[in-house]
Amino acid sequence: MSDVTRQGVQDQRPGRDATVGSAGRRTPRPGEGERWGEGRKRRRGRRGEALMVPPAEFTSYYGRPVIKKPVWQERDIAGYLFLGGLAGASSVVAAGAQLTGRSSLARTSKTGAAVAIGASLVALVHDLGRPQRFLNMLRVVKVTSPMSIGTWIVSAYAPMAWVAASSELTGRLPTVGRLATGAAAMAGPAVASYTAVLVADTAVPAWHEGHRELPFVFVGSATCAAAGLGLLGAPVRETAPLRRAAVLGAAVETVADELMKRRLGIVRETYESGSAGQLMKASQVLTVGGAAVAALLGRRSRVAAGAAGLALLAGSACTRFGIFRAGIASAEDPRYTVEPQRARLAASATGR
Amino acid sequence: MTALSGDRPLDPASEAGWGDAERPRKGFFTDTSICIGCKACEVACKEWNAIPEDGSMTLTGMSYDNTAGLSADTWRHVAFIEQKKPLGHQQPGLERARDEASTVDLGMPSLPAASADGESEFRWLMSSDVCKHCTHAACLDVCPTGALIRTEFGTVVVQDDVCNGCGYCVPACPYGVIDKRPADGGMHKCTLCYDRLEVGLTPACAKACPTESIQFGDLDELRGRAEGRVEALHAAGIPDARLYGHDPTDGVGGDGAFFLLLDEPEVYGLPPDPVVTTRDLPRMWRHAAFAAAGLAAGVAACFAGRRP
Ligand code: SF4
Repeated sequence: MSDVTRQGVQDQRPGRDATVGSAGRRTPRPGEGERWGEGRKRRRGRRGEALMVPPAEFTSYYGRPVIKKPVWQERDIAGYLFLGGLAGASSVVAAGAQLTGRSSLARTSKTGAAVAIGASLVALVHDLGRPQRFLNMLRVVKVTSPMSIGTWIVSAYAPMAWVAASSELTGRLPTVGRLATGAAAMAGPAVASYTAVLVADTAVPAWHEGHRELPFVFVGSATCAAAGLGLLGAPVRETAPLRRAAVLGAAVETVADELMKRRLGIVRETYESGSAGQLMKASQVLTVGGAAVAALLGRRSRVAAGAAGLALLAGSACTRFGIFRAGIASAEDPRYTVEPQRARLAASATGR
Repeated sequence: MTALSGDRPLDPASEAGWGDAERPRKGFFTDTSICIGCKACEVACKEWNAIPEDGSMTLTGMSYDNTAGLSADTWRHVAFIEQKKPLGHQQPGLERARDEASTVDLGMPSLPAASADGESEFRWLMSSDVCKHCTHAACLDVCPTGALIRTEFGTVVVQDDVCNGCGYCVPACPYGVIDKRPADGGMHKCTLCYDRLEVGLTPACAKACPTESIQFGDLDELRGRAEGRVEALHAAGIPDARLYGHDPTDGVGGDGAFFLLLDEPEVYGLPPDPVVTTRDLPRMWRHAAFAAAGLAAGVAACFAGRRP
């Protein structure tokens, strides 16, 4: 706006020191003094900033999300969560079956674990934006990255699961097979539970806010899946432990899920509405129903046991896809990012 | 594990092994009170960094902002907010225009006339958003390949030739900054013009900003300047002015790129209380370990009963 004239610079403006919108002092309006004046709350340790009591109504930038939703493909990553859990828990079942002489169950679980972990690795690599660079993950070990740690866990586990299954199916090198079965059973639980950390270690509200309970939901779901596979593939006389495991897994999953939802506050809605809500409801019915049928009828009828097994597997898959979709829904709506943070600020402002 | 120490202010460059007496930490202070929404920063950033087009050149239909947000192909984004809220006495120059007989009424829509006391009931907020270059950067923490690094300037940069496109950094960022470019499968974001910094140049956006709304410099100095600016604005009767991301004790250990805002952060699409997700990682691992042990013990117990 300034002009350079023969008389020098005229009408000079203050540049970046301009106090825009304050051409002259503004008189506070009625009520404003309370909000901006002496009564305003400051958070300790913050200077030069006036953090207000949160406004009652929710605001956002034209309803656009605050965080970016995951770029992961649902089929790949939710599928990986399911298959990884199935594989990890099946390896534990396989070791139990081997130690107690349940040969048919051992064969089913070892084969299932090997196939599932193989498929999950394919899904993982397929999901990379640059799959040809998959090996870059094996150049570093980073404790702050659950994906790095998980890659190492799976890299240690998968060969064991494959050796165990190959030995079982071919009958060769039985000692090596037994050792590999034991090693896979040791690593299996980590494969099943680390994926909860993988998703929780993000800014996605539905996942991060549930980080305490999510590992228990995951191992419960994994146990149900492995029990389901065994019930499907092994004769009734060998599956008594799986009927117990199904009940245990369903109980753990149900309780952990409920505790998680209680903690989530409004983010809970993402697990209860939309397609995520439908999947979670289906998972509840299939898991609890499958466990009940397994426990009550699974001893008598192979058909009932198989149906229960299928229901348990489907229930576990529904859980993983439901959790995945709830995460996406919670990332897409700015409310789920902003409101819990606002509540946190309000709590810390009044708590001090 | 040092990256997990959530509440200790630190110098991220020396923390990352750059040695103590390296260059001072560099950053941006974006003073939105003098942003005029010209988007010179967006353009300069695209030009300098040779960033491809975002995709569809469509209108968002929400205010004058058709970029919509930060993405793999937008590293500076100017938010444009229309509010029914008084800013203060304005000098929009409207009166002058009306007085001058030479102007012709083109029938263009205009702002509601200022009230008798010279206050307008309407305001525009403009703000140029960018990667915050967090002190505790979630994207960097979770990257499984080491593609994301901390530079000697304390900034956070993606090494494109290492990134394998896993996408973990995308949902990890509490500000929704970094994103995947579908064309090459890699993740991209602001580098704070690492190449320019290395030869002592100012980042392209700050260089292009005509009002110095984007100020680049040593972070310590910028923080001091910002405090003074807030006080000046408060004294001038703009009580809404507040700093955002300047505090080294906040959930991300303070931002390398911080802001002066004229409304709540969420109005600009910013999270009001961002926390680096890895702050809770030790607890996550503990719970996962406990759950894994429970799985092993539980299944074992199921087998422990009677033998067939
Ligand atoms: S704002 Fe997001 S992308 Fe930028 S350093 Fe922080 S976590 Fe990384």
